[in-house]
Amino acid sequence: MALPTGATIGILADNLRLRRSVLPIPTEDAVRWTRGLGLPRGGRRVLYTGLMYQLIPYIEGLVTAQEQLGDSWLAGFTGVGRQVNKLLNISRFMAHPSREQREAWDRIPRNVALVLQRAGVEFGALYEEDLYSGALAYDLGADEELREHAQIVYAALRRNGVQEVITIDPHTTNMLRSVYPTLIDGYDLRVQSYLEVLTEVAPIPTHRLEGEAAIHDSCVFARYEGVVQAPRDLLEGAGLTLREPEHSGTQTWCCGGPLESLFPKKAAAQAARRVEELRAVSGRGVTMCPLCYVNLQKAAKDRMRFEDISDFLRQAYEA
Amino acid sequence: MTVLQPHLAAEVGVDESFNAEACMNCGICSAICPMDIPHLPRELFRYVELGMRDEVLAHQETVFSCLLCKLCDVNCPAGVHIADNVRSLRHYFNRSVFRI
Repeated sequence: MALPTGATIGILADNLRLRRSVLPIPTEDAVRWTRGLGLPRGGRRVLYTGLMYQLIPYIEGLVTAQEQLGDSWLAGFTGVGRQVNKLLNISRFMAHPSREQREAWDRIPRNVALVLQRAGVEFGALYEEDLYSGALAYDLGADEELREHAQIVYAALRRNGVQEVITIDPHTTNMLRSVYPTLIDGYDLRVQSYLEVLTEVAPIPTHRLEGEAAIHDSCVFARYEGVVQAPRDLLEGAGLTLREPEHSGTQTWCCGGPLESLFPKKAAAQAARRVEELRAVSGRGVTMCPLCYVNLQKAAKDRMRFEDISDFLRQAYEA
Repeated sequence: MTVLQPHLAAEVGVDESFNAEACMNCGICSAICPMDIPHLPRELFRYVELGMRDEVLAHQETVFSCLLCKLCDVNCPAGVHIADNVRSLRHYFNRSVFRI
């Protein structure tokens, strides 16, 4: 059984309006990845995380709690939970990732920052002003909350003198590049994924990648944003042999992640189907979205190992 | 008896990109949907166009089970903005049913 749809969307939308994220996380977890990188605050070009990777340990915890709640008598009280959540952030009591789990995800934005620095790209960061983009609210049709939130994100970027944004994950890329211009008059930021930036700069890999991996294209990168060739060029250029599953590139199959917040069991079933396609071509997979990574790895268990594309690139461009 | 609401399509499609009427019911979307969703998008879009509000509301889970993955969008010969139309339906549910 799933939690009541309306109350669940209500909680997520309330969180975005009241706490600037569908799933609020401590500031320390949001900014820890910047430590020791010496990134200036703001400036013409920034690396913008949209908190997607930092949110993952909390999403994992919340989904587990949701699955348990959905099967219990407490599911009927989700509406009450929404009212309580307006006063008190209830997700803090539902998701308790360990320090180790939280710190593990700092690795991805750090990977990206280090690879970009290695490629000679100059950029800053927004630290605590690096806000969630509102991607889930957009998917769920919470348009009023999203419109208000987009203005806040844009104001933070403008306040910090930003003209160009480098994004990491596909959802933040889509929101800042394709959705925000439809919500904000005069929106004039240039937005590129770090994969596109690296392809333009074309640094020469310092280490050759060995072996093969099945490539899992993100739906949002491939079909919303046209990012298909860049990850292939970067990985193959560094020596990795890519195996294409039956559904690949613009015809890629979804990981099931978009259903995680409302129907975790449906999400898991789709992830299992996708894992079988990927396993048919390789025992190792490469993803480029945190939601894809988590959903697919959870479905694969120990039958297949997934790695984020930034892990490969970090290795290829290490000093 | 089915009660028709002539303004339903206008209420759902507040966004100008809503173009359910472009659907010619060819079925490619249903054939390639990884979720095998039986009612989306063709039947639901028809209900909206015909003003069959009760039928739309009866398929709430279907509307929120779409992955928005756009596999149907990029293969639609009629150029229907399927994912955006589904988002519009979700927004309609949020406003008219859930009162968010």
